[in-house]
Amino acid sequence: MASPDEEPPAPTEPDRWKDLDMILSRPGNLVDANFDPNPGLRDMLGSLVEVLVVGAGGLGCELLKDLALSGFKNLHVIDMDTIDVSNLNRQFLFRVQDVGKSKAEVAAKRVMERVSGVSIVPHFCRIEDKEIDFYSQFQIIVLGLDSIEARSYINSVACGFLEYDTDDKPIPETVKPMVDGGTEGFKGHARVIIPGKTPCFECNIWLFPPQVKFPLCTLAETPRTAAHCIEYAHLIKWNEVHPGKTFDADDAEHMQWIYSEALKRAELFGISGVTYSFTQGVVKNIIPAIASTNAIVSAACALEALKLISGCSKTVSNYLTYNGLDGTHINVSEFVRDKDCLVCGPGTLIELDTSSTLSEFIKMLEEHPKLLMSRASVTHEGNNLYMQSPEVLEQMTRPNLIVPMSELLHGAPRATVHVTGMAENNGRKVSSLRKLRVAFKGVDEASKMDTTV
Amino acid sequence: MLNLIKIKGQKKEDAANANGKPAAKKQSPGELRLHKDIAELNLPKSTRISFPNGKDDLMNFEVTIRPDEGYYVGGKFVFTFQVPPAYPHEPPKVKCKTKVYHPNIDLEGNVCLNILREDWKPVLNVNTIVYGLNLLFSQPNDEDPLNHEAAAVLRDNPEKFERNVQRAMAGGYVGETHFPRLFRR
Repeated sequence: MASPDEEPPAPTEPDRWKDLDMILSRPGNLVDANFDPNPGLRDMLGSLVEVLVVGAGGLGCELLKDLALSGFKNLHVIDMDTIDVSNLNRQFLFRVQDVGKSKAEVAAKRVMERVSGVSIVPHFCRIEDKEIDFYSQFQIIVLGLDSIEARSYINSVACGFLEYDTDDKPIPETVKPMVDGGTEGFKGHARVIIPGKTPCFECNIWLFPPQVKFPLCTLAETPRTAAHCIEYAHLIKWNEVHPGKTFDADDAEHMQWIYSEALKRAELFGISGVTYSFTQGVVKNIIPAIASTNAIVSAACALEALKLISGCSKTVSNYLTYNGLDGTHINVSEFVRDKDCLVCGPGTLIELDTSSTLSEFIKMLEEHPKLLMSRASVTHEGNNLYMQSPEVLEQMTRPNLIVPMSELLHGAPRATVHVTGMAENNGRKVSSLRKLRVAFKGVDEASKMDTTV
Repeated sequence: MLNLIKIKGQKKEDAANANGKPAAKKQSPGELRLHKDIAELNLPKSTRISFPNGKDDLMNFEVTIRPDEGYYVGGKFVFTFQVPPAYPHEPPKVKCKTKVYHPNIDLEGNVCLNILREDWKPVLNVNTIVYGLNLLFSQPNDEDPLNHEAAAVLRDNPEKFERNVQRAMAGGYVGETHFPRLFRR
């Protein structure tokens, strides 16, 4: 007899994979053109595919479990956070004794304990701390994040691998697909990003509503809500009392100080509703998380990942939204690409002689039929090669004008540069920011370019 | 659409190309947008910009305003700009480095300008903020006070306000507060 504390026995193989095998071994009307149904697909999924899960929080826990149970056997997970007691209600891989430990490490360990044969490598660090090359080993990246910044970063890394051929067609081997999940209370989304084919995160970033911010003077003079009192303590009072000391939202003492100051202010103005947890919510911009929303969105993401990799069905095209607020509503919208997107777009191909100087390059942009860009300022991977203005920067960058471009681009046979200037659009000169692919004539490159598509 | 057979081929190819140099960090979309903002700056005569970290760090810079009209003529005010990675989704953080007697700037350098917080839109840019800051000096506003006392004086007794501004900029006291001398000798 099993003792009541013991976990229920795991399903035996191949019982666990019965349903997955049915999907992978049978043809259908909705499968991808490349789909080759056969019972060996599940093994290939396990042996050939490496998946990166970004985030090991509410969505991340669900994603790791769902992906592990969908036949993926090589997973990595990256998260810089440690487990907080308030995570335990929905981040179901964590226990009370895990509080303070790395989310990525604990999540990886728990899923490996429950799903045999799965390897999950945890990375307890910031996504920016990894070399770009780290991200290239994965066939697919699944995002369970809560911020625009982090999504934008991963998106730019994944789109950075994308290369276009001379006809501005994406080279398939360089496409790094992403599945992005997100939840906010009862609402959520799952989207499929295939750089070069579907819109990337940056193509539609303008769709996000701006964050609500209170005017400083309202906070200082005429607070009307509990949030005003908390933001006053956080943004104004803290610096007044602790000059030079940076506020740390993860420091309980700091938070307690903000709470007590906010409470004093609320009493002064006869405002109610300042509590410690509300203070945390306002300062850390916490959005209430609902476990079931995470589960639903994660399931959609894992399914899209499986479809993308195996071709067993067409993926959603390309943005699924879920709303569980009034009943249940799921919709798929087809977002469109920004053809001039600086992150995923092809950019304009410019061929240069190795001897061409920066000033000759700028002159070429004026005459280039696709650009007709005058007064161009040029930047390359964070180096400002030339700035037309302001004067201080023009002076600092002027010496570069007579330097050959190949030297400024460190001898690379090809490079991506960005230019700002006045370019023609429908017969009118408008200020524009453009991506350019610079290629040097006669410089052979050993790899990739000769790939037959 | 991906295909497992293709992945298999690709893995071999990757192994063959393993001698490639590490990929460089890309410029973020926010940095690129800022690059455009800066290249297109059209500063008023009163305003200068400087980049203390050199030509390749545009995310941190200083803007110096010498107002040419209003109460603050003769003063020189330095603002630090910190542009967040999520720019232009989020506005730059702007602080006044120069201690100033002003109804809309407090003694810690916080600035009450609507487009820096509640009215920020991604279509706005660094130039808009610079014009907004100039406006604070030509038209200080007693309706959105951060320095409560200065705002009350401006509202009730503009002549006294003018004297207070002059005294502050000359390096004197207004009430209990000492201000640094701003006039050039």
